[in-house]
Amino acid sequence: MKLLDALLGRSRPVQAKLDALFGLPGAAVTLETEAGLAPTGQATVCYKPVTGQSFQAAKDELDQLLRLDAGEADGSARTSPFLHEQADEYGYHWIVLQDADPANLVNRVHLVNSTLDEHGFGPGLLCSVFGFAGSSGSAKLYLVYLFKRGTFYPFAPAGAERRDNPLELRIRGMLADESLPIEEDLGRWFPLWSLPI
Amino acid sequence: MSTQHRYPQDRGLTTRMFVTGLLLVVVYAVFITVLFEVGISLVAVVVIAGLLLFAQYFFSDKIALFAMRGREVSRQEAPVLHGIVDRLCALADMPKPRVAIAQSDLPNAFATGRSPGTAVVCATTGIMRRLEEPELEAVLAHELSHVAHRDVVVMTVASFLGMLAGLITRFTLYAGMFGGFGDNDNEADSGAAMMLAVVAVSAIVYAISFLLTRALSRYRELSADRSAAVLTGRPSTLASALVKVSGEIARIPSRDLRSAEPFNAFFFAPARAGGFSFSSLFSTHPTLERRLAQLSRIEAELGHQA
Repeated sequence: MKLLDALLGRSRPVQAKLDALFGLPGAAVTLETEAGLAPTGQATVCYKPVTGQSFQAAKDELDQLLRLDAGEADGSARTSPFLHEQADEYGYHWIVLQDADPANLVNRVHLVNSTLDEHGFGPGLLCSVFGFAGSSGSAKLYLVYLFKRGTFYPFAPAGAERRDNPLELRIRGMLADESLPIEEDLGRWFPLWSLPI
Repeated sequence: MSTQHRYPQDRGLTTRMFVTGLLLVVVYAVFITVLFEVGISLVAVVVIAGLLLFAQYFFSDKIALFAMRGREVSRQEAPVLHGIVDRLCALADMPKPRVAIAQSDLPNAFATGRSPGTAVVCATTGIMRRLEEPELEAVLAHELSHVAHRDVVVMTVASFLGMLAGLITRFTLYAGMFGGFGDNDNEADSGAAMMLAVVAVSAIVYAISFLLTRALSRYRELSADRSAAVLTGRPSTLASALVKVSGEIARIPSRDLRSAEPFNAFFFAPARAGGFSFSSLFSTHPTLERRLAQLSRIEAELGHQA
């Protein structure tokens, strides 16, 4: 926050950074070859819903766009609602997206982000999460994209509210060579329990 | 990066705050000038005031935590509180402050610390028990806004003038009482007159700066309310938290309240010994009506913009 804004007691809503997301497909290859963690084909966008009608309009448009996108990608329109969404215990909403191809998945996530951003809800975007899993299904890893920072961090849950810190740090080392920006402040690597993916 | 600004600034509020700040500076300048004209050696006083200011500024987190018997809690001890703060900080793009809980049934929360890096956010067990989770989130967003706005620094500096004026008044009084007056009658007369003038000026300065500091504090509260409402996207939740907490606070026995009063400036809702304020001029927080009015205005803004 700029000093003047702080002195005047104004905090400007922080706009989301969307572009660093596109480094993910490259990182997915690295994760698969070096750590044996393959993308699960699932991603989710977490945002804070805003009160009011204009927000509903943005969501309607999003629904349309996702419908269109899925129709083109699959060649057939699905009947299920395309805005798979659920609320968590903190009052945030999670939009769940699926695509086996990481590049397509990133595009779809970007579609959600940019639509919300265009309608002025960029400040409400919290994070995007991409799922990865080991071949045996035992190890689970999530790459969390922080919209406001434009950085990623690894999150590896290990049982009841415990996380596998050694694995997370190993992943950080692995991805250091990639073009993926990793969040340097470990204090911002907050845990996300009960993820919908 | 998008430059679209969904939430317009409250220009009136910013202007009022700016004018208040400007007036504080003017009063300060006048005060210093008068002192120099009179020719008092300020060194000792300024050193003492400076030390106090430094202590208040540097140890603000420890002082407030100690006074409120707040204890820093780990993520395992308070997962929900940490979870809320984590997410709000990620939304607002600020470093996460330490999180503390105070064992007190007084429903309140405060933030303190000289910079966002050293800040502590503390909630009492009373407020956590009374509020629903979204309301608690709104309250914490209000406190985090205080941290982001560096309100500890702003209010400490603003209080400095008042403190300085008070010190000068006392210093002059003691000097007059124990220092004795000159042998020469004329010198003594002019010295006494000068001293009285200094005391009078100090007193007036103190009174004015006190009122201005309080006004500034109220504007900072409104700013924090506004930022919290915009950050959480739900002004009405903050409003309902305010109503709940204010209602509860009025019902608390007054002994607890008095011991908590010196820390009002950093509180979410002020503890008032009498349950009603005789004049809004002296209060550190805006009236509940005013805060609610602002929040419903923001609610309308959020709803109408496309």
